[in-house]
Amino acid sequence: MSIAAAQKRGFGAFLWDYLTTVDHKKIAHLYLVGGGFFFILGGLEALFIRIQLIAPENDFISAGLYNEMFTMHGTTMIFLAAMPLLLGLMNAVMPLQIGARDVAFPFLNSLGFWLFMFGGILLNCSWFLGGAPDAGWTAYTPLSAVSPTHGVDFYVLGLQISGAGTLMGGINFLATIVTMRAPGMTYMRMPLFTWTTFVTSTLILFAFPALTVGLFLLMFDRMFGSAFFDVALGGNSIIWQHLFWIFAHPEVYILILPVFGVFSEVIPTFSKKRLFGYTSMVFATMLIAFLGFMVWAHHMFTVGLGPVANAIFAIATMAIAVPTGIKIFNWLATMWGGSITINSAMLWSLGFIPSFTIGGMTGIMLASAVADYQYHDSYFVVAHFHYVIVGGVVFGLFAGLHYWWPKMFGRILNEKLGKIGFWLFFIGFHLTFFIQHFLGLMGMPRRYWVFLEDQGLDTGNLVSTIGTFLMAISATIFLINIIYTSVKGEKASADPFDGRSLEWAISSPPPYYNFKQLPLVRGLDPLWVEKMDGKDNLAPAEPLGDIHMPNSSILPFIISFGFFIAGFGFIYQTDHQAWNFAIFIGMGIALGSMLMRSLKDDHGYHISKAELEREAD
Amino acid sequence: MSHDHSLNPETMPEDPAKATLEGKNKFFGLWFFLGGETVLFASLFGTFLALRNSTAGGPSGEDIFGLELVFLMTMLLLTSSLTSVYAMYHMKNNDFKKMQLWLGITAFLGIGFLGCEIYEFYHYITDFGFTFRSSAFGSAFYTLVGFHGGHVVFGISWLIALMVRNAKRGLNLYNAPKFNTFSLYWHFIDVVWVFIFTVVYLMGKVG
Repeated sequence: MSIAAAQKRGFGAFLWDYLTTVDHKKIAHLYLVGGGFFFILGGLEALFIRIQLIAPENDFISAGLYNEMFTMHGTTMIFLAAMPLLLGLMNAVMPLQIGARDVAFPFLNSLGFWLFMFGGILLNCSWFLGGAPDAGWTAYTPLSAVSPTHGVDFYVLGLQISGAGTLMGGINFLATIVTMRAPGMTYMRMPLFTWTTFVTSTLILFAFPALTVGLFLLMFDRMFGSAFFDVALGGNSIIWQHLFWIFAHPEVYILILPVFGVFSEVIPTFSKKRLFGYTSMVFATMLIAFLGFMVWAHHMFTVGLGPVANAIFAIATMAIAVPTGIKIFNWLATMWGGSITINSAMLWSLGFIPSFTIGGMTGIMLASAVADYQYHDSYFVVAHFHYVIVGGVVFGLFAGLHYWWPKMFGRILNEKLGKIGFWLFFIGFHLTFFIQHFLGLMGMPRRYWVFLEDQGLDTGNLVSTIGTFLMAISATIFLINIIYTSVKGEKASADPFDGRSLEWAISSPPPYYNFKQLPLVRGLDPLWVEKMDGKDNLAPAEPLGDIHMPNSSILPFIISFGFFIAGFGFIYQTDHQAWNFAIFIGMGIALGSMLMRSLKDDHGYHISKAELEREAD
Repeated sequence: MSHDHSLNPETMPEDPAKATLEGKNKFFGLWFFLGGETVLFASLFGTFLALRNSTAGGPSGEDIFGLELVFLMTMLLLTSSLTSVYAMYHMKNNDFKKMQLWLGITAFLGIGFLGCEIYEFYHYITDFGFTFRSSAFGSAFYTLVGFHGGHVVFGISWLIALMVRNAKRGLNLYNAPKFNTFSLYWHFIDVVWVFIFTVVYLMGKVG
């Protein structure tokens, strides 16, 4: 394999390259494309929901379809849009930030992506095969156990497959950060985004297996006649709620912690100041992750767990405001006295701080178990979690994309379009969700298909729907920006933003082996340390030598495809036994490919020193 | 950087399983994986504990469990964990033949355990009519113990694939980490069984 392979190739070769790639930077592209596709899908579902609610007793879509819409909107946005987009950013940036040439398990990285993608496709096939899941993204039993269509079956199998992929990603990042940091890159010199990737991966590792078990139990009840949630045979439907929230509460921190990392990179860079309170930021991240596992039952205050349990979970929940508050103040203090540049990445970060703080405030209100009986299952809850997820995660994704786009694709996103997009989204977002707090307080329940006229809910819902369209326009502008940038965008230098961390020390986009020689890290913000010493780059930590690279492989794609086929088999074998063949064929393909991977030695290949020297600097 | 992965007693590193970056990655990766597996089994245990008295008029644990068989199974699996330690000991001494021998014994004991488990399930179903579908307790019992059994099946298949694949070429820095990760996994399966023995069988019979 040669470095000079960057000649013009046909579309087939391009496609094959992406199907077989094990390069973390290309897998990041795949995650961004896959996650972006599902983000658009989830956004369209949101539009359908809001159009249905634009006026009282509207009949834009039927009640059944409405149930499918809000179920798929939540499921898609959480599992198939937000998380993959974040995994995309992590893949693109984290190995560069620690000075690594790739992740610990490149093959597993590719397998993780394809499992997510096929899981997502399987889930969305339900739209065309008799109806999507309709029991809410939380799929509470007993409703989900008895929902008559195959929708919930698709939910179970789709999430099982894509969840396995995410778990692999988490383990991969953990091992990478433990074993592959460049010389001198101690834990307390790691950039905050790498830290949040590390802590998020821990959360993925410990949270996802609970979902795996929950989904298995639901699958067994629906497909094989077990009685976990069947009260007549001694089952207990609260078990699902526990297992689901033991997963799903850490899940919201899996979503928010990486973007905390993004803001902790963007704000210091554009304030030209070191991150304020680095150590407290690291420990606040860990504390949030730890407490995140202790609070799942605050989603279940109205179940009737009793006053003692409710009180404990209420107090633990309120405690999370402390580390989160530390972070907010640290960001503000980072900007204090800094030389601030306001561009798109920074605008998203500045917009995030007040928006997310409002979400945190309503979080404290919801944490009060007594008051929660009023808020529960109302639009107040809907407003709260959209303030933290959109105002936090989506803002953070846009900030991160604007910030790292040059590093990922070699071109700088257009600033004018970026700023217009931000303001439209910012206004649209608050227009949509701020009023929903009051709709909730006035008694509008969530997940209802229609509301009645003259109950004081008409104007609020109209305003909310208008805001949604502003967000949709903004998302479209971002897509236009991507196309415009890839055609006419300004070519990016290695370090277009005067950055501080290692990813800015190599070209944009980086060569496929990342670092020709591993860099020697001399402190926090390693590139900045060198700049302050009057040098323009880091000293190498090793002499120029051969670089070991992993081989590309199509097996991850085939393994995931096998599970995809088996998924259909599991779903339809309840209708007809012949579908068992699909299970056998699919599992045969998947397990056979895994065995092949195990039996066939794969030593990778080496880029020779001579080849590296030939390449023009 | 050395491209030669073969091993001989002269160039033998102290711990061949962790001598390369790939080996170290596999070691940490598997430990992290076991962290996730712990939550998986903890969730199954939690479900079982919630449902262990929900017999819906069917047989309870006290009616059906026989501690003799379960004791035999426990001994088989615990011994297999010990023999896999012997195998790893011989790996560090670069004695491939002895390593294969002890791994063979490990696989044999594992298969013995599985045989007992299959008999146990068969016995419950035919003699007591106690199935996966008879009560929530039945579902929880077969799911928890079955998940463990599934892990044993996977472990034995993994072990046999490793032994057959490497039978002719001996130990090297490429396959030593693979044997080592298997051994870690096998210990974990053993630990889970100790908890199943206590929580399911002992508490079922006595508690």
